[in-house]
Amino acid sequence: MNNLLSISLFWPELVLTATILVAIIIDIFSVSTRANKVSNFVIVGLLATLAAVFLTNHSPTTLFMDSLAFDPFASFIKSVVLIATLLVIVISRYSNEFKGYHTGEYYALLCIMVFGMFLMASAIDLITVYLSIEVVSLMSFILAGYLKNNPRSNEASLKYVIYGAFSSGIMLYGLSIIFGLTGTTKFFAIRDAITVLDSSSNLALTLSTIFVLAGFGYKISAVPFHFWTPDVYEGSPTPITAYLSVAPKAAGFALMIRFFNQVFVNGDSLSSLGWYADVSFAWPQILGVVSVITMTMGNLVAIQQNSVKRMLAYSSIAHAGYMLMAFPTISSEGVFAVMIYLVMYLFMNLGAFFVLIYVSQKEGGENFEHFSGLGWRMPIVGIVMTVFMFSLTGLPPTVGFIGKFYLFVAIINAGSSFYWIAFFGAINTVVSLYYYMRVVKTMYLDGEPSEEIAVPPFSMTIIFLLLAIPSVFFGIYWTPILNWVKDSLLFFVQI
Amino acid sequence: MDNILSWIIWIPVLGMVAIAFIPREKQDLIKKVAAGATGIQLLVTIILWSAFDATNGSFQFMERAEWIPSLGISYILGIDGLSLPMVALNALISFLGVFISWNIDRAVKGYFSLFLLLNTGVMGVFLSLDFFLFYVFWEVMLLPMYFLIGMWGGPQREYAAIKFFLYTLFGSVLMLIALLALYFACGETFDMQLMMERAPFALDGVVWWGMSAIKVIWVLLFIGFAIKVPVFPFHTWLPLAHVEAPTAISVVLAGILLKLGVYGMLRINYTMLPDAVWWFAGALAFLGMINVIWGAMCALAQKDLKKMVAYSSINHMGYLLLGMAAVIAGGSVNGSNLMAAQAGMNGAVFQMFNHGTISAMLFILVGVIYEQAHHRDIEGFGGLASQMPKYTAIVALAFFAGLGLPGLSGFVSEAMCFIGAFPVFRNIVIISTIGILLNAAYFLWAFQRMFFGKLNEKYTKLVDINNRELFTVIPLLVITIFLGVYPRPFLDMIKETMNILIDQVVVVGGIAGIF
Repeated sequence: MNNLLSISLFWPELVLTATILVAIIIDIFSVSTRANKVSNFVIVGLLATLAAVFLTNHSPTTLFMDSLAFDPFASFIKSVVLIATLLVIVISRYSNEFKGYHTGEYYALLCIMVFGMFLMASAIDLITVYLSIEVVSLMSFILAGYLKNNPRSNEASLKYVIYGAFSSGIMLYGLSIIFGLTGTTKFFAIRDAITVLDSSSNLALTLSTIFVLAGFGYKISAVPFHFWTPDVYEGSPTPITAYLSVAPKAAGFALMIRFFNQVFVNGDSLSSLGWYADVSFAWPQILGVVSVITMTMGNLVAIQQNSVKRMLAYSSIAHAGYMLMAFPTISSEGVFAVMIYLVMYLFMNLGAFFVLIYVSQKEGGENFEHFSGLGWRMPIVGIVMTVFMFSLTGLPPTVGFIGKFYLFVAIINAGSSFYWIAFFGAINTVVSLYYYMRVVKTMYLDGEPSEEIAVPPFSMTIIFLLLAIPSVFFGIYWTPILNWVKDSLLFFVQI
Repeated sequence: MDNILSWIIWIPVLGMVAIAFIPREKQDLIKKVAAGATGIQLLVTIILWSAFDATNGSFQFMERAEWIPSLGISYILGIDGLSLPMVALNALISFLGVFISWNIDRAVKGYFSLFLLLNTGVMGVFLSLDFFLFYVFWEVMLLPMYFLIGMWGGPQREYAAIKFFLYTLFGSVLMLIALLALYFACGETFDMQLMMERAPFALDGVVWWGMSAIKVIWVLLFIGFAIKVPVFPFHTWLPLAHVEAPTAISVVLAGILLKLGVYGMLRINYTMLPDAVWWFAGALAFLGMINVIWGAMCALAQKDLKKMVAYSSINHMGYLLLGMAAVIAGGSVNGSNLMAAQAGMNGAVFQMFNHGTISAMLFILVGVIYEQAHHRDIEGFGGLASQMPKYTAIVALAFFAGLGLPGLSGFVSEAMCFIGAFPVFRNIVIISTIGILLNAAYFLWAFQRMFFGKLNEKYTKLVDINNRELFTVIPLLVITIFLGVYPRPFLDMIKETMNILIDQVVVVGGIAGIF
């Protein structure tokens, strides 16, 4: 579709851009104490964007001369990102970490990041891929270091910048080799070019793909590109940590799914996916190994943490590993499972981080000892956190189980050559139980029933319930999510 | 009678909801609601028992509802001769369990809510005929159990609780993989009745990494269930969990939860992979023998009374495994000895029930003395017979039941297991009988040390068993004596279902052939 026509399908991004601009203007003209005004406006703007995402209906097509795809899959990822952003904005307003900081531009920066993730969800051109990743990364660097008086936050930002620059450099190098081999930057043209490449280019192709994988791996924090994760997650303001663990990860997975499905797989129709035979490289095995190492590493290191925030950081690495499990199968079941997992993960992981934000404000710290006896003193927080911990472990009847269940379904269905991945995934679930239950243990077993009971403020209770109730409800009856994902499992495909 | 099975499962949850609205100070009311909920459940179960058609071995009172159609998951319930005794046992033990827990005074609301949730989870496992539903209930049990041991248990409770949780979850995730493999092999359905029809033939000749898929799935499922039984070498969580758990939870653990593993094997391994039973029966009998001997030897070495009773559970589970292995006696290779197969299988299920009542009784009695003496050291007592005559008499009966004295129910089922297994596993049975001897030795020795001899000065203040405790023991004692003298009503109830099970293994497993 040409540039002019594309505008009509670009409504969500346009609304978002307007939101960003107006938010900045409001911020300039308002006194710093009234930053809530900006967040109010941003919430409205993002809700309008969400509405625009749902209302912009068209059969799958491409925008702006084949640089972006417009398809249900992109809209799905955009919705997930928007929901996560809205929740994080609400919790940011509550968080006292930002006390003494001017937070007007904080919300504007978040929206710019959302814009980047919108592009990531729909990029089908190497240039857009790179640009969108950079937009998201740059905003993440700033947001991670938002607490400029806090050395940990500065350290997080700096580490993030160095790692980010390094991996995007490698990725760019990989992209340039792909361009050199195929002479184009468009996914579909690359796919066609690859099919006619002779075998002497295999090494270059393999190498370039590994380089590109470094860029993706950095975004979803897969081992061995994960080293930034724990420090950045620990140093950043907790709402940003929660955000980084969910939204950019979803966008990263979207990009990765699109890239592998449309460049290296004969993704003519999702019902008959399969790896190109002439790519003589063991992609499924490599991705499987990355997945297993990622989850094992994440879990084993998470066990040793004394800070709940850091534990959740490593646990999010483990969850990236779980989601990667479905990749080697490159089947529509696999993509389906990852999409379901992203939704389920949104509820439980944001929930766990939000409880952490609340507890660290009430108890003055983020370590396990601050959770001691919490379940007795704050019954609602205790129960809600228990739900999130069980869900993150993957025990029924919670969404975590359903997410994992679909991942296992995809693997088992793909045939016995993948069963080893399922086996490691299963064992890792048991390992993760140990540290998630440690939170529950600290909350209930390390304390005595107390007479004084604290109830969180009404708005916090609502947010907790907004995440905890779906965590259980969709664990029992998940057909609504199933239908949503099923309708969204449609890519733009050029024949 | 419509939806009677659903009522049985969900009545405790209704009780839980009611308890949630009671202020925490009203402890007595909370206990009464819990007693009411389990009492109603017991009444409904009795109605069910009387309405059950014993001449029909297949599933009755079926309920069916759509759940997640796109995955072939439904809400299917049904009951047969295998699940009926287990449901009855669970209803009874849970009802008594509320009264056993009457002295709990710490976080009463949480305790009884979790206790009722545990009951729902167990009932769900016994009654669900959809594999996914089965798995969900199987996992739902873990949460209350973790808290019940971890919060109301003894000094090492945290370690015991997490060990229990990790062991069981390890088993369940293996089961999940096996479940999914079976799901795809059976044409994407979780309906257990359909799976029972299709699974025996669906995996013929399928090979994974050089191993027959049937064997791999069997072993995955077996480990999942064996951890619950527990079968040696997966038993190490059990003594710890038993010793640390509060009395009522030990009772439920020994009385019900251990049966889930056996139930799972009979319900799933035996029906869905009948040809692998032939392959594994020898190993099963051998593991049974080890359980018998190992459990008895460990029990003999214990100084802690509760630990001794816990190891006696491992020992008793061994007999049951022997009986289960005997099913292959019915095959033509073994001379089509259907009598032996029936004796073994009926004996195994009967042993499940009997162990449920006898071990529950033993744990209650351990709790009675512990509550007064605050220790369980066998050597620390002595001469209690003169101080607590009623208690002594009941313990004597319970110990005799435990060691398998003729006239008490344990004897009948153990004998049936041995009779069934003897034609096929002669040597194993002969060695296992040593276990009976050891079994008698540790019970009698413990009895002698505790109740005879000179009364320890410290214990002149002990009072005899009180009425509430009597109320919890007497029903179990009556059942034990009644079924010991006249086991027929029970065996008639399960006979037809066992015949179907034996058929499945012997006939269907025979046709499906050895892989």
